[in-house]
Amino acid sequence: MSAVTEHGAPPRGLVEPTLGKKIRSWVANPWGHPRFLVVITWLYVVISIVPAVVAIQFSFNAGRSVTAWQGFDLTRWYFGDPAYSVWHDPRLQHAFWQSLKLAGLDMAIATPLGVLLALGLARWRGPLASASNFIMLFPLVTPELMMGVSLFLVFLHIFKFIQPGTTAQVLGHVTFSLSYVVVIVRGRLFSIGKQYEEAAADLGATPAESLRLVLLPLLLPAVFSSLMMVFAISIDDFVISQWLSCGSECDTVPIRVYSSTRGAPLPSVNALAAIMVYMTLSAIGIAYLVYRFMTRGERRSGEHQRGGMVQTMGGFDM
Amino acid sequence: MYPKWLWPVFAVPGVLWLILLFLVPFYAVIGVAFGGVDPIFMNAVPNWNPADWQFDSMLTTLGGFLPGNQYWAVLLRTTVYVALALAGSLLLGYPVAYYISRHAKRTKGILLALVVLPFWVSYMMRMLAWVNLFSPNGFVNKFLLWTHIVNTPPDWLNGNPASVVLGLIYGYIPYLILPLLAALDRIDRSILEAARDLGANPAEAFYHVTLPLSKPGILGASVIIALPMFGDYYTPNIVSGSPRTSMLGNQIDIFFHGGPQPSVGAALTLILSAFLAVLMAYYMVTIAKAQKELQA
Repeated sequence: MSAVTEHGAPPRGLVEPTLGKKIRSWVANPWGHPRFLVVITWLYVVISIVPAVVAIQFSFNAGRSVTAWQGFDLTRWYFGDPAYSVWHDPRLQHAFWQSLKLAGLDMAIATPLGVLLALGLARWRGPLASASNFIMLFPLVTPELMMGVSLFLVFLHIFKFIQPGTTAQVLGHVTFSLSYVVVIVRGRLFSIGKQYEEAAADLGATPAESLRLVLLPLLLPAVFSSLMMVFAISIDDFVISQWLSCGSECDTVPIRVYSSTRGAPLPSVNALAAIMVYMTLSAIGIAYLVYRFMTRGERRSGEHQRGGMVQTMGGFDM
Repeated sequence: MYPKWLWPVFAVPGVLWLILLFLVPFYAVIGVAFGGVDPIFMNAVPNWNPADWQFDSMLTTLGGFLPGNQYWAVLLRTTVYVALALAGSLLLGYPVAYYISRHAKRTKGILLALVVLPFWVSYMMRMLAWVNLFSPNGFVNKFLLWTHIVNTPPDWLNGNPASVVLGLIYGYIPYLILPLLAALDRIDRSILEAARDLGANPAEAFYHVTLPLSKPGILGASVIIALPMFGDYYTPNIVSGSPRTSMLGNQIDIFFHGGPQPSVGAALTLILSAFLAVLMAYYMVTIAKAQKELQA
């Protein structure tokens, strides 16, 4: 009996199951993984990625449409078109540099500031420390619109010496990225523990030496993750950049993409957005290799490390 | 080992930064909301002294939230959109996170990478892609016409509430799946095995063990995406751009960028913060708890 059913031939006398029943039992898969989960998961993955892939595809469109495919042209909308390509349209090129400028300055300011704040908050005790810790959590949970409104008003009414513009945008970006750095670095600090520094002290290291020669190298992977994280959220930011913008001179890539969606977009906007995707993806590739290199001695429980990496890079563990 | 003053000194620059650029700006919103309006230039005259606060614009704005008044519909619409988008994200996101955490074996690495991928494609880029798909002669309409599901192409991008909800789901679901995944990964499998040993079938084990144990994860992940959705104004602008689908965020945006009444905009911002205070507090407690656990 079992041999017959395993080979798929129904014993004589049984009714051949209908196609609907077959599909239903294949999806339900009572003895293995529920297949409907497989279907939903891959469907989600496809839906989440295909639109972006299509958008990138249209950055190679030979014609001016972003919805009708008119043939493949590798370079037209990147630098080929003398008027509208990313390279030749001053607004698009400017937005690209403005985004990079903000992200670079944000990384340069928020990372050191956040590392120091993380160290301080992790080890400083007392009511003032708790209050500071409380303030640090706020930017993580405040919707960006509220931060945008409040920063806009503070530069308008209180810190009047700062006009809306690049400086204001950088200040805003640092304000919302700072806490992410603190969370990442503090997580790392806790997982390192204090034993290495205590050993260094026992061996005669001064506090300065133990900070520089023991703690800093151990923190480097977290510093590195923070740099990546700050870069990613700064490049991605739309709200703060828009509220503190000085007009088209301060447009970043997300602002440019946003304003183009309501007009008649050309594939050059897709090309601009695609360039950012290429950049971030190659940055992640490099970052992943560097991160693995930095933590190479710590991979006894490989599974845990990989999860840690994914979580540090894509948000943080709740 | 280290001098006692070292850690406060390390913390000072960051804390000062947050005071000057987070707390003071929030006070600026309060000052403008309770301030007056210059009668000639129509710009805001903030009041920094609580004794001088004027409550007119705050009271008028609050009155607008009464049933039947101008903001009532907006608040209702915002809440319904966010609730629908949240429900949709959970219905789609939970099975995905569950499958990746429990069942994906060889494909777990690649699925994780694919689920994280949208984090690295900017939000606006994904919205651009979404809008292109739904444009009048985009792929979605071509598909619907080709399969004869509809005979006249639907207009997705002009005040269609379904598009706004779909856009919100598409935009925010990656931020829901990752924390859910982390929460599901942390559930101790031996508890599930115990449930199975005690005679629960897979469905019962899921309903009585996995689901209750993942409740904190569900709540946390929902709050993570509900907060930015409540403050969203760009998604409705991109996929709809019509006052028929305007959310609270759009109202605030309009009062600052379109209209001459910044004090109303500031009052709306304050009301929105008060409205979201519970969610924000819950989220803060969760983060603080997670950090405490790390420390222990």
